[in-house]
Amino acid sequence: MKENAIVIDFKDNVATALHPLGKKDPVRVEVDGETIEILLTQDIPVGHKFALQTIPQGQAVIKYGEAIGLTIQPILRGEHVHVHNVESRKGRGDRQ
Amino acid sequence: MKFSGFRRDNGTIGVRNHVLVFPTVVCSSEVARMISSQVPGTVHAIHGCGCGHVGEDKEQVLRTMVGITGHANVAAVLLVGNGCELISPEVLGKELAKIGQRVETISLQDVGGTTKCVAEGKKLARKLLAEASRLEREPIDVSELVLGLECGGSDAFSGLTANPSAGMASDLLIAEGGTAMFSETTEMLGTEEILARRGADAEVSERIYEAITAAEETAKSMGADIRGSQPSPGNIEGGLTTIEEKSLGCIRKGGSTTITEVVKYGQKPTKKGLVIMDGTAYDVMSNIGLLAAGAQIIVFTTGRGTPVGSPIAPVIKVSTNSTTYEKMKDNFDVNAGVIVAGEGTIQSVGRHIFDEITEVASGKLTRAEILGHCEFDIHSVPVL
Repeated sequence: MKENAIVIDFKDNVATALHPLGKKDPVRVEVDGETIEILLTQDIPVGHKFALQTIPQGQAVIKYGEAIGLTIQPILRGEHVHVHNVESRKGRGDRQ
Repeated sequence: MKFSGFRRDNGTIGVRNHVLVFPTVVCSSEVARMISSQVPGTVHAIHGCGCGHVGEDKEQVLRTMVGITGHANVAAVLLVGNGCELISPEVLGKELAKIGQRVETISLQDVGGTTKCVAEGKKLARKLLAEASRLEREPIDVSELVLGLECGGSDAFSGLTANPSAGMASDLLIAEGGTAMFSETTEMLGTEEILARRGADAEVSERIYEAITAAEETAKSMGADIRGSQPSPGNIEGGLTTIEEKSLGCIRKGGSTTITEVVKYGQKPTKKGLVIMDGTAYDVMSNIGLLAAGAQIIVFTTGRGTPVGSPIAPVIKVSTNSTTYEKMKDNFDVNAGVIVAGEGTIQSVGRHIFDEITEVASGKLTRAEILGHCEFDIHSVPVL
């Protein structure tokens, strides 16, 4: 079966939807040469991310093998990962 | 691993064997075009520079002109001047003599006007063409290749398909001992720490950090707020969560290897491996800067579609998605959109791009070459 989401780097803990994905769709992604199946907990629009594993609060969201921000609440496997649960680490002088 | 290229007397390696008719100033650009269009087999470059440059701008324009006219893909150059410009055929010719480039010069004011200059220029161009045609391709190690990486007209898939695939091709070339260069400093904002970590040593890391910080400061000084509103509402709607994520998509075309050097716009690197050219994000100017810095071939990724080529080097056009690829098929060499369709992976498309690079380096024409695209522009920041 074709993959309908993409994992850029083997270190990533999120995948990106290549098509609009529904809660009931079987989602298969290739991670480091292995295909894994993920059960989505919600609909994911095209270009948006979902978690490949549970990510605790305050942990890095990894895409492209790099941290793209920190979680502001725990994120479950298959959950939508976006501005509602992730924050940039840039330009937060108030937290230095 | 070998490709079939041109080894020149001065030691440089070309993937094309062009005779370039080059105006040293905007005033002689139309005459240069007339000469070139009447001597089939030659190429020309139209630009708006050559006069009124001072200080750092003069250095940058002259460096770029030397890099283009003395390029490894250029067998010989006919410099066409007006006669009273700052960068005259004599000034540029003197620089080219230092690097052993074959040069002829002509100026409108000397020869006596357009008609005579075109007539005389054609004779010189034909002579250079006859000489250049004698050189044959020979097997050359791919470690001699310098690849320029460019992205323009980006979309939501740029960072997912075409850029990572181009980055994979860059990694493959560097693994073979070659060089890859990427630029567009403003599209690195937010990744300064990530890129700096990839510096070969403390000095390179410092240069990376400085270049990106300076680009941000320049933007701020012009009243532009680049990062405060990043990602934009449209980006967020498209799925981009943070500025780090957005810039990471752009820099993905630089692959994953260590960054060996940071050079200025149009400046030749002294090291192999992955190089950052600190330069403009304007596509055509960026291309020309990468070529002046020694890239013999460009891989150009685009989501919206762009026809841009170059007069002196092949530009391999990679589509990020199948819709644009199908719509503008005659402009594209590779479709990374197959990744979205599940008919390919970043690895397989990256390998495809790498194979395309070696084939094109060996003489296969790109779509931009077949269509006659020769877009050209030099990044000049005039003071006067």
